[in-house]
Parts: sequence; C-alpha cells; structure tokens
Amino acid sequence: MMESLKAQGIKTIFGYPGGSIMPVYDALFDYTRGEKKAFDHILVRHEQGAIHAAQGFARVSGEVGTVIVTSGPGVANTLTGLADAMIDSTPVVVIAGQVGVGVLGTDAFQELDLMTVAQPICKWVYQIRRPEDIPWAVSKAYYLAKSGRPGPVVLDFPKNAQTSKCDYVPETVNFVRSYIPSPRPKQEKLQKAAELINNAKRPLALVGQGVELAGAHEELKTFLEKANIPAGRTMLGLSALASNHPLNMGMLGMHGNYAPNIKQQEADVVIAIGMRFSDRVTGNLATYLKQAKVIHLDIDHAEINKNVQTDVAIVADCKESLPMLTALINEADHSEWIESFKPLRDKEQEKVVNKALHPTEGPLLMGEVANAVAEATKGMGVTVTDVGQNQLFSTRYSKYNTPRSIITSGGLGTMGFGLPAAIGATFGEKNRPVFAFMGDGGLQMTIQELGTIMEYHCPVKMVLMNNNFLGNVRQWQNMFFQKRYAFTHMLNPNYEEICSAYKIPYLKVKDRKDLPAAVEKALKTDGPFFLETIIMEEDDVMPMTAPGASVNDMMLEKEAN
Amino acid sequence: MEKKLYTILIYSENVVGILNLVTAVFTRNQVNIESLNVSPSGIPNVHKYTVTVITDEAQAKKLVKQIERKVDVIKANFYVEDDIFVSEVALFKLSTSIVMSTPDISRLVRHSGAKVLEVNETYTTLQICVKPDAVTELYKKLAKYKCVLQYTRSGVVAITRDKVERVSEFLKEQENQQFDFLEEGINSEEC
Ligand SMILES: Cc1ncc(C[n+]2csc(CCOP(=O)(O)OP(=O)(O)O)c2C)c(N)n1
Repeated sequence: MMESLKAQGIKTIFGYPGGSIMPVYDALFDYTRGEKKAFDHILVRHEQGAIHAAQGFARVSGEVGTVIVTSGPGVANTLTGLADAMIDSTPVVVIAGQVGVGVLGTDAFQELDLMTVAQPICKWVYQIRRPEDIPWAVSKAYYLAKSGRPGPVVLDFPKNAQTSKCDYVPETVNFVRSYIPSPRPKQEKLQKAAELINNAKRPLALVGQGVELAGAHEELKTFLEKANIPAGRTMLGLSALASNHPLNMGMLGMHGNYAPNIKQQEADVVIAIGMRFSDRVTGNLATYLKQAKVIHLDIDHAEINKNVQTDVAIVADCKESLPMLTALINEADHSEWIESFKPLRDKEQEKVVNKALHPTEGPLLMGEVANAVAEATKGMGVTVTDVGQNQLFSTRYSKYNTPRSIITSGGLGTMGFGLPAAIGATFGEKNRPVFAFMGDGGLQMTIQELGTIMEYHCPVKMVLMNNNFLGNVRQWQNMFFQKRYAFTHMLNPNYEEICSAYKIPYLKVKDRKDLPAAVEKALKTDGPFFLETIIMEEDDVMPMTAPGASVNDMMLEKEAN
Repeated sequence: MEKKLYTILIYSENVVGILNLVTAVFTRNQVNIESLNVSPSGIPNVHKYTVTVITDEAQAKKLVKQIERKVDVIKANFYVEDDIFVSEVALFKLSTSIVMSTPDISRLVRHSGAKVLEVNETYTTLQICVKPDAVTELYKKLAKYKCVLQYTRSGVVAITRDKVERVSEFLKEQENQQFDFLEEGINSEEC
C-alpha cells in the first residue's frame, strides 16, 4: 500500500488511526520518517476533519486528496465529506480499514457495510480483498478520482489484505473499458454552437467550476475575449475568471449579483461552460432562459438536459472544446449589450453594496469584513468559507484574481466544512494566504480541528463572523416564517479563551475602524491567526431570489413583511 | 409527457455491487421497476440487465444517462415496444384435481401454448414462454378457476432489432482506443 501510494506521487495524507487500519499505520510509521520517508501524515481530530481537509487540499492544488481512516465509525465520519465531494466534483481517495474478509457479514466489531453505504455518494467504491490487488486498485482509484468529472473514491481495505504478504508489482491503470473520462468534442456540434454564437446579439457565458477543474482559465479568456462575450460565474466557478476581468459580470445564483441574474433572461444565446444549472442558479425552471438558445459544454453527459433543455450540447473536457470553439467563432463587438449591464450593477451598488461595505454607523457587517480581507490580499488570497451568511457574504465580497481561490461547500452546503478545508488548503498552497470565513454555528461543528492547527502550526487565517445566530436560518425565519426564531439564537463560548488554550493568536474586532489593522496583523503573523469579528445580529444577505421564485424576481431589498 | 412501458438494457462489468448501483438510480428518481432480469451476456465477463419501467421519454433518457455514468457500467439504452423482441417465461403450479375436473382448463392450457412439465396426483406444472401481456392474461384466466397453487415469472428479457451490436462495437472501439493510447503515450494530442 505504501509503495502504491508513493507511485501516485502522494505527499500529504490526512488521517486518523484505529483497530482495523493499524497495519497500515504501522507501515506509515516508516514511510513518514527517516530513510523511507515518502509522506507527511496529518493527524486530524475527527475523521470529518480529514475528509474536508483532503477536499480543501484538492480544490486548491488540483491534486487528489488522500485520507486514511479506520473501519466502522472512522469511515462513517467521512460520509458527509464524501457526499460533499461527490456533488462538488472534488477528487479525493479514502482508504478505510475493514474487518477481515473471513468475518464480513457477521457484525464483527466495527464492521460497517461500507460498499453499500458509500456507493451512492461516490464515483467508485472497491473492496481490496487480496494484497495482490493493491497496486491495481490504488492506481485505478486515483485515475478515476481525478480523470473525467472528478469525484470521491473509497477503497474498503479488509484487515487480512493488509497483513498477508505478497511481492509488490507496480501497476498503472489509465484505461477502464467501461469508462470514457472525456469524450472528444463533435465537430458538427461545435459548428452548430459557433453558428449560434456568431449570430448572437446578446450572448452570455455562464461559467462554472468545470473550467477550474479543467485548468481551462486561459482557454476561457481567449474564447470570451475573441467574441466579446460577457460572463457570469457560479459560486464554485468564482475563480475560473478573474474578478477584475472586464468581461466578468459577477456571480450567479440566489445571492449572486443582480446584473447577471437579471440579464441572463435577456440573452439570446447562453453558453454554459462546466456548470450544472443548480437550482440555486436557475430559480424556478419554468421561467428560466426561455428566450435563449442554450449551448452547454460539460464533461458529464448526464448533466445535459438534466435541468435545462439545451439546443447544442458539447460533451467534452472544456480545455479541449473551448479552443476548438474559439477557432470557429468570429471576432465580435457586443459593447452595447455589455454596457446594458451597468445600470443594474449601479443599482445593486447603490441599494446593496454601498450599504454592505461602507456603513457609517451601527455594528460591523460581514460584507465589510470580507472586503477588508480582499483589500489586504488584493484578491490574491484563497477564500475558504463555511456555510451560511458568512459564506454568502464572503463569496460575494471576496476578490478572485488568481485561479483556484474559492473553496466552499456548494452543492451539499455542509456546515463545518470551512475550518478543516482551510487546514487542507494550507498544505496544498504554501504561497498564498488562506482565509477561512466562518459563522459561530459552523465553526463549532468542527472546532476540534483547532487542535490540528495547533499541532502543525497550519497558517490558517480564521475569520469568525460572530452574530450569535444561525444567521442564514434566522434570515429565512425572518423572511418566510414570520420572524419566528425557532432555535437559531445561540449562546457562544469565549473564543479568546479557547484560542488561548490552543495557543493560537487571537484578536477581537468590534469597531470598524480597527478592522484594517486587525486583518494586517492576521496576515503578518506567522502561522495561524484567529480574528473574531462581532457582527450585527440580525442582518440579511441581499440581493436574494426567494426559494422557488423566478430569477426575474430577484430582490434587491427585503419586501416588507 | 406520455407515460408508457420502456425497456432499459444495461451492460456492466461482472463485479460485486453493480446491481445496487443500478437500482439506486431508479429509487432516487422515484421510478418503480416493473420487472428486472440479470444474467451473463454473450460477451465474456459482461452482465446484462433488462429493466422495464413505466415512465416518460425525458425520464427514460435521464435514467439511462445516470446509469451509464457509473464507472463499471458499459452501456445503457432504452427501448420502446417496436425496437425490441421481448419475451418472458412463467411457471404455473396448478391443482391436479381441479384441472382434472374442469375440461375448460385443459382447453385453455392447450390454446396458450404452455408446456406441461410434470403431472402428479397433487399438482400439475406448466411452463410458458410468451410476451409479458400473454402471461398476465393466462394467469388471470386460470385464477378464475381457483386452480393456481403457485405462479412465478422470470421478468422480461429482450433483444434489440438493431442492425449493429452497440455493446460489442463500443467495447471494440474502446479497446482500440486503449491500443492507440498505449502506443502514443499519455501526452499524445489524441488522448
Ligand atoms: C451540517 C449542517 N446542518 C445544518 C445546516 C442548515 N444551515 C444552513 S446555514 C445555517 C446557519 C449557519 O449559522 P452560522 O454557522 O452561525 O453562520 P451564519 O449564517 O450566521 O453566518 C444552518 C443551520 C447546514 N447547512 N449544514
């Protein structure tokens, strides 16, 4: 197993030991020190921490994240992260101990029917029953995790296969006959798409994480620039196109920017690139893009016509299909169409952004905090978020001027994701600062990972946006449940004391005038830093498309209750 | 969209756990499986699944894509009545005394094309291999005489009327590609 992992070029492993993975840990003892050293093993404080760390590592680096855990409760603790990685297409491999083959099915101690439990939330699950199968299974696991549409893979590793002996014979899998990782783009589809684009008066690109996963940032830029096509990005696609690019029209989605949300309903040709038309982006499907011809570029055939009917589908890796499409399209000038986004952008600026970023009185707001970080990092940091208002504000107001800069739980919306994901990101990206924006609810879901941060001195710049509420749920209670705040107010512990116990430098900011200096301090401090910001308790994220509503009806301001 | 009977043919690698993967797609999409048959196919190490469902075309397309996306599934396609030959085997165990005392039953059995497998003083077993509707019809008729002790059906099996064998072609294409892949190396433009 160690040699097979080494052959994959693995350097970092996030894990937690236990009974049925002890032979692997015994081998790790040698492979993490001395002559044989091949890996760094990061001991997390909970297996959910391991999987989210591996996700953060994978998202920032483009490599596969690796997790080793024990059977039963150990691997069960990774299930949330596996589901998260599946829906957000994150390449991770989890190697889990299992009871010996001889006692499978007997309710042996810490036996879990992992195959059955993990299959629906993984790209591939395999049980390695014999040591001879290890090199093949490990190679296939990594090949499947990272090729095509990436995703999580689980290797269920019974103890007998860990302890019985065989010679190591390296094997490389880069072909699976039942699996087509990325189909070749079809010429006639490209022609058809180009024709639509060449005749378009109001084209709009919807850019998703697929571009980032493909590493097609340059190809995207060339494509957009050639035909002067404005673009909206999904939340996971935020760093697929730089915030400061002139064709970037902002973020799509329920709490995205007003202009791209509204203007997509005026586009005559929509080019969706590596995005999956999530309900958070489309709103009510019955009214979505009805006026437009839709071109969908995606690597996953199953995404085509899943939610939105497409006119032309190009199923391929967009790193390959985009340049082919660019070659077929004409240079064009859509400046009038692009200009027409401006009044809507101005309106959002006036009604939402100015109030969120530059309030003159009252308690601190989440938008100001995210903005202060974006200004200090000049948009070159890595934005990791938890889930909730902290996520919506920090994704909105962060700046993304370099690829692979947004790590957030999009599809699953997993509270507790932020802190461990940020830990993982610090191992995958050593040169850029990693900021973790978290709410007081989400932080406490995986707060034990402060122990990991302490032990490995992970340079996570933690930004707690403390509003004493499960803020996002409170917002919905406010807007859709007559302000009946059922169990969303929370009594918080003293975070300063917690940080002091973990020996993590801590600063509290209540006053907006102290914010820039505090962010500077976080940046300048070597290693981890915990910045607690005391946020207005009952602020709502705006703009918003109400759940089930049409994107046409995106609200800039709350309607009076 | 109009709901009707779709037959979905799936070919997969012969590895543990695929049936779960396949049926989970139907469960998740809230589509009831009318019948399911799994058997080795004519291609070594490839299993064939025949699943019938009542649904509409858009849903059938979605199901097939989601099934085919599973790594170990080789191909999945859906068909309607005219695209395929279908057949089903059913076994009946009838009470011999009722059969003996009711000449109409013997007539019915003869006309149905059923084969008598065994007769003893307690029961009579029949086998029939016809279209699924004919199985149902025969059962309904026999049931009226209260003579049916047991009744079981194999689930629909189907073969396509296609002139090309899509799965064999696909596998051939894939194997060729692997060959190119190995010859040209990983960095090849063609991969
Ligand atoms: C694991 C999990 N449980 C519950 C939820 C539902 N949920 C979504 S946002 C939210 C509130 C988050 O509160 P907090 O972490 O304090 O962040 P805020 O919204 O205040 O920024 C809740 C409970 C979730 N997304 N994930």
